[in-house]
Amino acid sequence: MDEVRQAFAQALALLVERDARLLEIIGLSLEVSLSAVLIAALIGLPLGALLALQRFPGRKVAIVALNVMMGLPPVVVGLVVYLLVSRAGPLGVLGLLFTPAAMIAAQVVLVVPIVASLARQVIESLWEEYRETFRSLAVPPVMALAALLWDARFALVTALLAGFGRAIAEVGAVMIVGGNIDHVTRVMTTAIALEVSKGNLSLALALGLVLIGLSLAINIAAYGAKELGEARRGG
Amino acid sequence: MSGVGDILPLELAGVSLTRGGKRVLKDLDLTLSAEPSRTLIIGPNGAGKSLLLKVAHGLVTPERGTVRWHGAGAGAARRAQAMVFQRPTLLRRSARANLAFALRARGVGGAERERRIDEILNRTGLARLAHAPARALSFGEQQRLALARALVLRPAVLFLDEPTANLDPAAGHLVEELINRACGEGIKVVMTCHDLNQVRRLADEVIFLHRGRIKERAPAEQFFAGPENDLARAFLAGEPLWWRRRSIYDGIEEG
Amino acid sequence: MIGAAISRRLFLAASSAFVVAGARADAPFITVASTTSTQNSGLFDHILPRFTRESGIAVRVVAVGTGAALRLARNGDADVLIVHHRASEEAFVAAGFGRQRHEVMHNDFLLVGPKDDPAGIAGEANVVQALGAIARTRAPFASRGDDSGTHRREQALWREAGVDPGEASGLWYRELGAGMGATLNLAAALGAYTLTDRGTWLGFGNRRNLVVLSEGDSRLRNTYAAILVDPERHPHVKAVAGQRFIDWLLSPAGRAAIESFEIGGKRLFHAR
Repeated sequence: MDEVRQAFAQALALLVERDARLLEIIGLSLEVSLSAVLIAALIGLPLGALLALQRFPGRKVAIVALNVMMGLPPVVVGLVVYLLVSRAGPLGVLGLLFTPAAMIAAQVVLVVPIVASLARQVIESLWEEYRETFRSLAVPPVMALAALLWDARFALVTALLAGFGRAIAEVGAVMIVGGNIDHVTRVMTTAIALEVSKGNLSLALALGLVLIGLSLAINIAAYGAKELGEARRGG
Repeated sequence: MSGVGDILPLELAGVSLTRGGKRVLKDLDLTLSAEPSRTLIIGPNGAGKSLLLKVAHGLVTPERGTVRWHGAGAGAARRAQAMVFQRPTLLRRSARANLAFALRARGVGGAERERRIDEILNRTGLARLAHAPARALSFGEQQRLALARALVLRPAVLFLDEPTANLDPAAGHLVEELINRACGEGIKVVMTCHDLNQVRRLADEVIFLHRGRIKERAPAEQFFAGPENDLARAFLAGEPLWWRRRSIYDGIEEG
Repeated sequence: MIGAAISRRLFLAASSAFVVAGARADAPFITVASTTSTQNSGLFDHILPRFTRESGIAVRVVAVGTGAALRLARNGDADVLIVHHRASEEAFVAAGFGRQRHEVMHNDFLLVGPKDDPAGIAGEANVVQALGAIARTRAPFASRGDDSGTHRREQALWREAGVDPGEASGLWYRELGAGMGATLNLAAALGAYTLTDRGTWLGFGNRRNLVVLSEGDSRLRNTYAAILVDPERHPHVKAVAGQRFIDWLLSPAGRAAIESFEIGGKRLFHAR
């Protein structure tokens, strides 16, 4: 219990002092994971909409594949991305290994299935509800898609938050493709892993608490925005 | 702007439809003239009333038979119709934005759109609620908004599927008034209904549907004076049709 | 509106990530594949800023086990390799992945274990005897099990002691497949013996009941060598900057930097 109490004190101290290294690590964590979520949204939302609205051969296979990929161990994703961007790999010439870009790429792979799967479910059930009315009103397809995405926006933001949660909390993939290089690719989770391996358990726990606080703050902000939006526009 | 003559008459010929292995519309013929009137479709549950509306509106394609609009503007038939469903499906935005959405889908924009929206909001008594989230409205207000969304399109034909089924009497009365006024402006109204009193108040013409077939079609006065079909007569008398079904059914089926 | 604002902010974050990544890539740097023991001890934090100040070259350390570090270097994913397993290093050079092996520093391995010492090896200077006693008493032993330099050394010592601990794997012999720090954490929690390098041990913060029980045997000497990845094998390797780093480690300035690294008044590494 002593360690836990110590960790809380340390976490508080780190935040109060606005420790420069901690801020750097938090900044990089946010940069990498928010970028990954943004890119995953650009891929996953249209993909989810496609799976929700179009019937084509292989659709069911794609849906099952996405569901399976939601549970992919980050280490495996990290390994695959490593093999791709390693100098010996097909994308080696780009020199992406051990850069934030490689970490973003790995997290995109982790987040896309979550965003696409959840978006498909959300859009499909909304389409179920709207389909007859839209056909009756003769709504053009592009306008229908835009209306579905807009009306599902709060649920879709929740999907993006779930993706962000996976990205910010995973350690396996960013450790392998980022290398946990100080000042370059060290993020919250790899810093925690390092402190654990140094035996600095209370510092590791303190960093973990900061990470939880960070996730909490982002979720509260998103939830607040959602509440505000729903109050203004109606659910 | 579309007038009634544009797409009507509508002709359904030999329409058959199966749902869940059951034939729900059976070789059905129906012609709706260009004359602005209120045609009410009645019949017991499961008679196929809603599906008949959806087939006529083009939401459901029959397995056999044809649905044809014969008017001069038949090419744009889709855009000259509107439908109000039993349960209103409104978009997650304000009442006004719901109306704007429907007009935008029809390519109506600018000042014309705003004018039409203002006009229909006033007519339906929803002006006060224009900026309220549509889904936060009461059920009656939502159904009125769905009707407003249909009317703002200025259709030639308006299909209504039991629009007052879930409304209290006051709200139902408001909807009836709007339907009457629409018909008075030249819109052909085709509506299903369970409430015989409402049918008496509204109908110019009654179609009695039973187990996927039109058993009787008559001007309202004549129908209520005494239907020729004995099933229709039993239905009007409020007798359950299921126990008589077999004996009568067999005879009619043969004929 | 809110959605637009959020997506605008996300876009800024995304573009800034790439810009920052790009900017960082512009400053000259080399990538060093090394072992967890050197990083966990804090040595690199101590010496690298000095080298960067003198040379203007930043050093990015990727700390993994010796086996993984060798693989990274073989794939050309690092410019310089710093590990501590002589046979592997010589094989690496012989296979043409690196030009020359430079011994840069050494310290030693320690046999640590619980204070109550169930195998009774406290003060046993002969590490092979000590391991034999552990095997005889079937006292718990935590092995890295991760193909690292420390793991390879541990296996060599067992062979010398005539013990095949693999037979007891899962019983008293625990193969973790983890780094030095994680292994020490587990040994501390279980009251198990383990082999550790002195650098990690001195920098380690969670010892609990663990104490040093056997040290000083010449077979416990732990030598680190640096190898430049051969630019003929991997043309993108930053040979000039990498060689400069190795030369600096061997120079008086580099030697002084290594020698001056202390924890609690104890010197961790000895320069060559």
